[in-house]
Amino acid sequence: MAQPIANGQIMAAKTLTINGKHLSAEESATVLEAASEAGIEIPTLCRLEGLSEVGACRLCLVELTGSSKLLPACVTKVAEGMEVKTDTERLRRYRLMILELLFAERNHVCSVCVVNGLCDLQSLAQQLGITHVRFPYLYPKVSVDASHDRFVLDQNRCILCTRCVRVCDEIEGAHTWDVMGRGTNSRVITDLNEPWGSSETCTSCGKCVHVCPTGALFEKGRSVAEMQKRREFLPYLKLMREQRK
Amino acid sequence: MNKPRLATAWLDGCSGCHMSILDLDERLIELARFADIVYSPLVDAKEYPEDVDIVLVEGAVSSDEDLKKIHTIRRRTKTLVSLGDCAVTSNVPGMRNRFPIDSVTHRAYFENAQFNQQVPRQVIPPLLPTSRPVHEFVKVDLFVPGCPPSADTIHFVLTELLSGKAPDLTNKTRFGA
Repeated sequence: MAQPIANGQIMAAKTLTINGKHLSAEESATVLEAASEAGIEIPTLCRLEGLSEVGACRLCLVELTGSSKLLPACVTKVAEGMEVKTDTERLRRYRLMILELLFAERNHVCSVCVVNGLCDLQSLAQQLGITHVRFPYLYPKVSVDASHDRFVLDQNRCILCTRCVRVCDEIEGAHTWDVMGRGTNSRVITDLNEPWGSSETCTSCGKCVHVCPTGALFEKGRSVAEMQKRREFLPYLKLMREQRK
Repeated sequence: MNKPRLATAWLDGCSGCHMSILDLDERLIELARFADIVYSPLVDAKEYPEDVDIVLVEGAVSSDEDLKKIHTIRRRTKTLVSLGDCAVTSNVPGMRNRFPIDSVTHRAYFENAQFNQQVPRQVIPPLLPTSRPVHEFVKVDLFVPGCPPSADTIHFVLTELLSGKAPDLTNKTRFGA
């Protein structure tokens, strides 16, 4: 078999099966990339093309023969002879549970949200057939930071995917965003949990707003279902940077 | 053969789901051929009757009265449908849940009232500490999210249920639809 060639270097290929389908993938590939190449779709939420992978949302969990642990496909590298299952009863059950817990943990009121109809969380819930949340809603009292001139942070809608943290650090290079606290008390924060509007590190570039999968970050002046997120810039910026190295 | 007995109920919601039912337009007349509408804010019956086959419930459970109603409805109905986001998620009525009940009533009846400032003790039922989805109190047989679910969705749900099928709502509606 011919070796795949990338940048003039010979890359080793690994052969594996995903849902019984035999495939080969570059050794640097993740299970998620190998699956996607083979047309096998695995749901994701925290992942975004152009940002690093963190495995925060756990939606892409897969089963591996010989392992009792479930592994996130986005950060698991392919290996020779690996047998992966992406769509078992157990995985489907966990994916529903993860999404329902996200809805229960904050105040996601889709009907009055700036991204109603344009939201990754909402559309994934619909795709996976969620019609209600079986867990009691927590209705937490969380804050809204509207101190920035142009943008708003609404903690009611945050799912802690850390896309804002990653884009600000990896692409913009500002690292204004971070996460503080643990468990249900975790919050995304600007600087040292200071008002966004008085942040000295924020460049007001708006990248965080547009990578945010929900209505947690939005532009001021947008009303219900008006906040269309534009993410086309991301793969392009990443490509330009890779070529500069 | 007796026609199936259909009801609709209105708990804590804006009545938008019932407006959506009215949006069935001429399909309401067709519906009346296949079912008797025995109770609804849109018909004259004052008390929720026995032996209801299907009920569409709009609204969250927010007050003593809602709570009493939903238990009666459950006892007297075969198939209970949570209709719309308020019934399914508590939606907008639930937005008060993060505030203590005293500050909610104070806001409504004192801060926002110009005259006769007092918490009503008659006719208006006392609020529960939080407004919650219907399925946290009684068993729900079918969930139809949407704010409101479209007339087409409601029509689909009713025709499927009336012909004895379980409606598959994939791609038909969603939270906030």
